[in-house]
Parts: sequence; structure tokens; C-alpha cells
Amino acid sequence: MIIERLKKEGLKGRGGAAFPTGLKWEAVKNAKADKKYVICNASEGEPGVLKDLFILRKYPEEVIKGINLAMREIGSDSAYIFLNPKYFPKLEKKLKKAIKDLPIVLFKKPHGYICGEESTLLNVIEGKPKMPRLKPPFPTEKGLWDYPTLINNVETFYQAVQVAEGKYKAERFYTLGGKVKKKGIAVLPENFTVRQILEHTGNWPNFDFFVQVGGGMSGEILVSEELDRPAGGAGSIIIYKKNANPMKIMRKWARFFMNESCGQCVPCREGTFRLNEALKRKDFDRELVEDILFVLSEASLCPLGKGAAVPFIGYLNKIYAKKP
Amino acid sequence: MQKNLKFLIDQKEIEAAEGKTVLQAAAENGIKIPALCYHPDLKIKSNCRLCLVEIKGEKGLVPACRAIIKEGMEVKTRSEKIDRTRKVNLELLFAQHIEECDDCNLAKDCLLLGLAREYKANIQRFLDRKKNRKVYQFGPIVFDQTKCIDCRNCVEVCAEQSVGFLQSRGQGAGTEIFPSLCQERDCVYCGQCIMHCPVGAIEAAGEFENSEEFLKKDGKIKIFQFAPAIRASIGESFNLPAGSVVTGQLVAAIKALGADKVFDVSVAADFTTMEEAQELIEKIKSNTTPCLTSCCPAWVKYLEFNYPNLIDHLATTRSPQIIMGGLVKTYWAQKEKINPKDIMVISVMPCTAKKYEIQRKELEVNGLRPVDYVMTTRELAYLLKKKKINLAGIKPEAADSPMGDPSGAGVIYGASGGVVESALRTAYYKLTGKNLEKLEFEQVRGMDGIKKAEIDIEGKKIKIAVINGLGNAKKILEELKRDPKAYDAIEVMACPGGCIGGGGQPIPVSPKIRKQRAEALYLIDQGKANRLAHQNPDVIKVYEEFLNNDKIIHKVCHTSYNAKTKGEIKILKNSKETK
Repeated sequence: MIIERLKKEGLKGRGGAAFPTGLKWEAVKNAKADKKYVICNASEGEPGVLKDLFILRKYPEEVIKGINLAMREIGSDSAYIFLNPKYFPKLEKKLKKAIKDLPIVLFKKPHGYICGEESTLLNVIEGKPKMPRLKPPFPTEKGLWDYPTLINNVETFYQAVQVAEGKYKAERFYTLGGKVKKKGIAVLPENFTVRQILEHTGNWPNFDFFVQVGGGMSGEILVSEELDRPAGGAGSIIIYKKNANPMKIMRKWARFFMNESCGQCVPCREGTFRLNEALKRKDFDRELVEDILFVLSEASLCPLGKGAAVPFIGYLNKIYAKKP
Repeated sequence: MQKNLKFLIDQKEIEAAEGKTVLQAAAENGIKIPALCYHPDLKIKSNCRLCLVEIKGEKGLVPACRAIIKEGMEVKTRSEKIDRTRKVNLELLFAQHIEECDDCNLAKDCLLLGLAREYKANIQRFLDRKKNRKVYQFGPIVFDQTKCIDCRNCVEVCAEQSVGFLQSRGQGAGTEIFPSLCQERDCVYCGQCIMHCPVGAIEAAGEFENSEEFLKKDGKIKIFQFAPAIRASIGESFNLPAGSVVTGQLVAAIKALGADKVFDVSVAADFTTMEEAQELIEKIKSNTTPCLTSCCPAWVKYLEFNYPNLIDHLATTRSPQIIMGGLVKTYWAQKEKINPKDIMVISVMPCTAKKYEIQRKELEVNGLRPVDYVMTTRELAYLLKKKKINLAGIKPEAADSPMGDPSGAGVIYGASGGVVESALRTAYYKLTGKNLEKLEFEQVRGMDGIKKAEIDIEGKKIKIAVINGLGNAKKILEELKRDPKAYDAIEVMACPGGCIGGGGQPIPVSPKIRKQRAEALYLIDQGKANRLAHQNPDVIKVYEEFLNNDKIIHKVCHTSYNAKTKGEIKILKNSKETK
């Protein structure tokens, strides 16, 4: 029983939310419906994360095997690979070769960060506006065209195959970026701390620094004293110089979230716009910025809005405040 | 049987039926949770994020509009965290909304402004992002983008009407709601967008800046007429409960405004019934059914624009306000020895499309428009308040003779099913020479969007469909494409529930309020000594004295229709500059 083994190995989703994979598969398997779908989320829209590209390039057969395994397990005869449009030309041939005659459709994701959010992804495949759905219901109950749908990240499918074949080593694919000496992907134990990962890859900086982990935009900010914990999220580690221009950093995030907000809910549509506006000003109105971050994280409709506040809150509290 | 659940809101024990949301349960128990994008007619969108509450055991804030109640659950509607999100969220809402509170649809009932006070939001905290956005006018509808908060209620309701004219485009702060330029989509002026806009970004032309202009016209004899549905709705604007019947107060209040005469459109509805019953009979006899009702101008435009091949099925009978205006400027003017050019006919209508209807050229009688001005229920309420006329407290007066006393049939015109019911009462008489023993047609009453019935008139079966809401009309029209003889008579009202739910009615509206308004009209009918159009003495007299030949009947009571192309979309400088 693959589901029991996934549970026993404790495999968690590698897309960022770390939901237990065994439970997700079980939920879709147990859902009663005459049709079910499997979707491999290969949007990898978070800047600074490149591990899915790496896996798809190097192990396309393994990923397809994982999708096929899931289809058989949950009783689905139809799957999609929701592929990042930049990756599409690089991977199309390779993936088609690996898919052979399996009922797996290669779907070119449209541009836009929000499209990688799982319920937006469903809307996109259905031809609806690029906006997140309200949850519940979750995709495991009502997903693609309202049928129970299993959505996993590329790496999750890859790791599920490792579990099924008894090769699972509790490792994950880390993306290292920013001011590191050696950029790229590292495969290391999933319980490694950020410190261990940096040391192990020879990337521990010789300057004052902080890191953003889990994603290059919505990832959490950690100072060098906080690195005795795993990287989390989508497994990226980006190193910044501690004395980097704070406005430049924050403006980069703010512009990104403003441009990528879908515009559905008030806190994110207006909040990201006003945040960007506030950061463009010469005088930094911290009270205003904190108010906006507060509603973004507490009141946004989807994870994008909530995640938009994360780097700012960490940065303002841990680094900006301590600047002379 | 539905189970009741007990749970806590702000430590108060609440009981509500299983399946309800926290927002509904709270409202039923008098607990206020702010909500802007929520409307009982619409899908839950949960995009304004004002109704967020805390629920014990749930991570983070939860929208009350979507949270389903559970036995023993503990809900908090106020806390430091909730209040702060609401305050900042309101400030972000005001950042998108230009305040023009002096002449707004919502005026004192503005939810946004009330909440800003309650949560001490600084409504000027941000510069108005949308101040350079456009103000559009299409027909009598004015949509001011500078006030829009992108909640998309209008887009949903417009799609629900199968009109699809208001649409949204863009992303993030670039989102905008806009009138479609597509040649295959056009506004029918039903005004349901106005009814469902939480911030007054859409209004009808004339509401409210110009509402006094026509009163100032000197030397004109001002004849007011009020629609059937107004008597059961305008009370709400004066804090009376929904469904309060205020016919007498309405007449008195209009007189206090300076009307020379006040007539009741329900009497004109009796004329419409007479003519429409005749048309139905003729269509049945000549096997040219279905006969489609034509007193709803939004529906007429919808058909002319979207289904021009069915125009021949529209009853040529004019709508009640037009018949009344025509009679006032001919029959009544002759009797009173007044030059019709000196008469100004002003209609009070539950409707925004009626503003458009009076501009139709083919309705002119002797070169004059039957009706010179249409004001909505809201407009009248606004004007009365401005003139400090309290409709709720005024001494009732009767409408003027000769067109002041309708049959019960003329009154139920305001509710979906009323036109067909009235016509059937009279058609039965015309066909059999007898009146029905039971006048009520229960099958065609009520709030269902599509009601079907089969009526037996001396062995002849008449198939009827009664529809409210244009989305439902589309379903039936599509059915007609497959089966042209599926129905003999089809009544369509563009708005939910008929005119009682019209686009010119007091805001807010809900299924419950519409039901109460409709029930009030049926109660009036039930209490009337005469409930039949063909037995209305005023109607009989006018037919004897004036409408006694086909030529004059045709001139005053009938019209024609044409296929329509897309109307103009004007861009105004600001919402004050309506055209």
C-alpha cells in the first residue's frame, strides 16, 4: 500500500505548504466520484526557486512514473502537468517522450505568479479567470471541473516514486541563490538546518548577512543567529548582504506583489498597490506600512496576499529596526 | 426537518437553522457584522473581507459570509485584531472610492460611511487612486468608475440577467469594471446593477442632482402618476416595514410636492389588461401564439436586441404609464379643455428602464410624448425628504378622478405573474361571457423565476409561462427555438419578483423584502370590491366616450417594435453631468 508507506515515511508536499502527501492521496482516493484528476504543479513561479526545473530536466521519467503511480492509486485516468511557460520549450520534448501514451496532458501555464496557486491553476485549466477559488471546498473534494483532484508539486511526485521503490532517503532539493559562492541545486537531508546546508555546500558567507528561505519573494527572513532550523517552503535559500539597501530590497518585493495581485480581494488589490506607493516615498511611514502588512496577512483571501506580508514583516522587525 | 443549532456569538447564545452561515445567523439575531460584497441574491464572493470574525479553534480570521454554523461553536465579531483589519480595510476601500455623499443613491444609508465612523477609519488616509477613471452613461444608467470598489456584484447580476454588459478586466490595482464595447451585448436598463452596488457607484440619470428641475417648469399643469409597485415599497424609505401599503400617503405626499393631479397607473393597467386580453384571444384564434407581454421596457429592449425574430409575438399593447400619459394628453385634456402641450406628465416608477421607454419615438401621440419625465421610487423619496415631506406621517388622500381607482387586477401588475393573472381574468370573461368563480391563479404567483401553468377555458387549454429575471427569460426563449408552440402566453418581467424588485426601488432589497412587497399587492387585490379590469367603471366609461373606434385605440393603446442595434456609451466629465 503506497499510501501507508507515504505516511510512514512522512513525506510532505514540496511545493511550499508541506501538507502530508499520504493524507492528500488518501483523501482523493476515498472521495466518491466517477472521475478524478491528477495534476502535477510545475509552475515554479516563486522567483529564486529552480529545483523543479532541475528535477524535470534530470529525472523526467521518475516524475511521470510518480504521476502514473498516483493515478493508479486514486483511480484516475486523466492527468495534467501544469508547466511553467519558460520551462515549456526546454522540456516539452523530454516530457512527451517520458509520457509516451499515458493520458497525461502537458498544459502550458499562462504567465502570472497567482496561476501557480492550486485553485487558480484549476480555474486556468477550466478557462476561467486567473483568480483563486474560495476554500473549502478543497481540490481533494472539488477540484478540476468539480471532480476530486490530487495536486502535487513536481518534487513530491518524484519523491513518492522513491518511497514506492524503497529508495527514499528523506532528502530534498534545495535552491541556493543570492550572494552565495556556489549557486545551484543541492540535494541534502530534509532535516538539515539552513546552517548545515550553507556549511555543507561551502556557502557560509564571510560577511554579515541574512537569508530569505522557502521562496525568493514570499519566503521568510532569517538572520544568521536563526539558522538552526530547516529551510521549509519550496526549499530555497537566498543570501543577502546585511547592509544591502533596505529600500531597494523592499521595493523589489512590493513591485512584484503589486504586479502579481489578481485584484480579487480588497487587502491584496489595494494593499499591495499602497505598499508599493508607500515605499516609493522618501519618508518611510512605518505605521502605514505596518497597517497594510497587517491586513495583508490577516485578511487576504488567498495565500498570495498572506504571503506578500511575510518578507516585509521579518525584514522590518529583524533587520530594518536594528539599523542605526 | 431542519435542525436548529446552538452556538455562541460574542458570548451570547444564539440559535439558528443548520446550514446557515455565521453572517446570516448573526443578522437574524440582530448582531451586526459588516459586509459589503455580500448580497442575499448573489453568490458568496468574500472579496471585501470586512465580515472577518474569529472562530475558536480556527486558524486566523474567517469570513462570516462563508463560515457555516456548528453546534457549540464560539464566534467573536469584535476584537482588537478584527477591528484593526476592518479599520485599515475600510481605509483601503475609501482609497478606491471618491466621496460624493451629498447626492448619492445611498445618502444616509451608506454602509461604507457608517462603518468608517464606527471603526474610526480615516477616509482620507490615501489619495483617491481612481479619481481619473471614467464616468459612463448608457441610456438612463450612469456608472461612475471613480466610486467603484471592484466588488463585482454588478458584473454578476448583469451576467445573471444574461445581459453581460458590465464586465471586469485587468489585474490587481488595474482592475476595472466597464461597459462592454462588444456589439452583441447591450444594456437593457433594468437597473439591477444599481440595486446590488454596495457603494452607490451606479445610479439612474436624474437621480439625484436634477430631480427638482422639472418641478420648476412654470405654466405647466403637472400630472403625476404612480406605478402599482410603488405603494408597497416607498414606505421603506421612510422607515416603515417592507410591505407597508401607503397608497393614500403616497398620493398626499405627491400633492404636497406640487402636483395638480395624481392618477394611479394601476387604472391604466386595467386598460393594458383589456387590450392585452384581446390580443391573447386573437393570437390563440389565429394560431399565432405565443403572446409575449410587453409592459416591461427592459424586457422589450432585451428581445428587440437579442431575439428580433420574435418581435411579432410581443403584444402591441402599450405599457400602463404610456397609455395613461396618452389618455391624459387626449381624453382628459379634451374634457378639461386644456391644450395638451401645457400638460406635463410625470411618472413615478419602480424602474430605470421606464426612463428610456418614454423616449421611444413610436409612442408619441399627436407629436407629443405621452410621458415627459420618469422618476424612480428612490428619486421621489429623495425629493420628498429634501422638501421635508414625511410620507409616513402625512394624512392619506385619494388619487384623483377619473383615473384614480383601479381594479385589484391593476394593482397586482407590480408583482411577477400579475399581468398574466389580470389578463386571464378578463380573457376568460371575453371568451365565455362569465367571470371566473375563483379569481386567484396561485400557480403564477410567488418568487420563483419560472412559473408554468395550464389553464382550461371551456375545454381550450392555454399554456402559460411566467418569468421574472432575464436570465430565466433566456431559458424560455431558447426553449421556444426548439418548440415554438411550447406556450400560448408568456409574461416576462426583467427584474426579480417583477416590478416590486425593480431597478428603481428602494435599496436594500432581498428575496424576503420582495416577497413582502408582493404579498402587500395581493392583499390590496383581495380587499378590493372590484378585482376585474373589465368591470372598472372608469375604464368602461373611457371606452364608451373615447376609445370607441379602432383608430383611436390603436393610437393611444398600441405600439410597434423594431430590431435594435447597440446603444451609445457616453463618457461624462463627472456624474453630475448626466445627459
